[in-house]
Amino acid sequence: MQTHQAKRVAIIIEQVMESRLTGALEDAGVTGFTILPVLGGSGRSGAWSREGQVSRGTGMVQVVCIIRPERLDAMLEAAFAVVERHIGVVTVSDCEVLRAERF
Amino acid sequence: MQDILSLAATNLLSPIILSFALGVAAALARSDLNIPEAVAKGMSIYLLFAIGFKGGVSVADHGIDGTLALSLVAGIVLSAVLPLIAFALLQVLGNLSRLDAAAVAAHYGSISIVTFVAGTSVLEASGITSEGYMVAVAAAMEAPAILSALWLVSRGGDSRRMDSELMREIMLNGSIVLLVGSFLIGWITGVDGLVKIEAFIVSPFQGVLCLFLLDMGLVAGRGLRGGSGVLRPGVLAFGLVMPLVGASAGLVAGLLLGLSTGGVALFMVLSASASYIAVPAAMRVALPEANPSIYLTLSLGVTFPFNLTIGLPVYVAVASALTGG
Repeated sequence: MQTHQAKRVAIIIEQVMESRLTGALEDAGVTGFTILPVLGGSGRSGAWSREGQVSRGTGMVQVVCIIRPERLDAMLEAAFAVVERHIGVVTVSDCEVLRAERF
Repeated sequence: MQDILSLAATNLLSPIILSFALGVAAALARSDLNIPEAVAKGMSIYLLFAIGFKGGVSVADHGIDGTLALSLVAGIVLSAVLPLIAFALLQVLGNLSRLDAAAVAAHYGSISIVTFVAGTSVLEASGITSEGYMVAVAAAMEAPAILSALWLVSRGGDSRRMDSELMREIMLNGSIVLLVGSFLIGWITGVDGLVKIEAFIVSPFQGVLCLFLLDMGLVAGRGLRGGSGVLRPGVLAFGLVMPLVGASAGLVAGLLLGLSTGGVALFMVLSASASYIAVPAAMRVALPEANPSIYLTLSLGVTFPFNLTIGLPVYVAVASALTGG
């Protein structure tokens, strides 16, 4: 089956920043993304778990979007403007999609 | 003194405090006891609705006077001023960075609605009535502290502005909307409305509060376990001293306003409590460089348990003694 090259961008960010990030992505023309809850993890700030979090301010989410390679830089610039000062992880990886016209 | 000790003993051995203690103990012992997130959320919605509704009914039943508006103004002023006092106290005790101190200060100007709910429960158990509109005062005290904290940061040359989106999120956060909304419903429907849903919002209230505080105990215990190394002795002392400073300011405000014994006690509770829901979210947006471990551990792991176990009976006893209630 014919597949097409694409980029998969995964951004783990604090829940309070979710709407600001997705707003920036939409402003940059990225209208397709998926938001996933994050159960827990560990990093520079120590271990963290969703269990027992009482404040929305301490939750995390992952925003995943698949885009064409030529749109990657514009998308990362828009995302970075939001996530720069915040806790989070931004990763970019290669992937393949079946229906290129959708991305 | 005897009254304070008696009230403290009664409070400490009440089901709600013992449930909280169970939660803290279970978390510290690393038990797998857990309240599902959706259940905890459901209970908080129930408690906010019930407390708001009953406050509205009380206002409908007793009527309103100019004290309501003055109480709202006093609440807003206290919420704005307490962070300045907290900030100054942290400069002396805490040796924190300006950003961390301002973020902590914001929490102590704002309020903990769970402490307020527990306070009303203690008053009810003691047969002490309070002004129903204190619910509205609680809602009014959520946000001004955040503006004060941002002002404190900007004074240090680090200009942070409150964007309109953040302001909207703070003013319309779910807790405030539910509390004010249910207060208005209670006010509009009055005692007749209460009679219709009494079996749902009055009788089960204490039992739900027990389970909710069990969950809060688990959260506080986990916070203490994880954040025990974060707090230096001075900062830890701040978490115990600042509630008493806030309560004193609330006491003065309540007495000047001429509130009832219950009203004065609730003003003390509101001023003594520290936010751990609305303000942490706002701080993560506005001051992301501030260390959340410090302000969350302080407000949730130190000040909340202190207020719940020791603070509440003391505030009620002092208010009773000074108002002759």
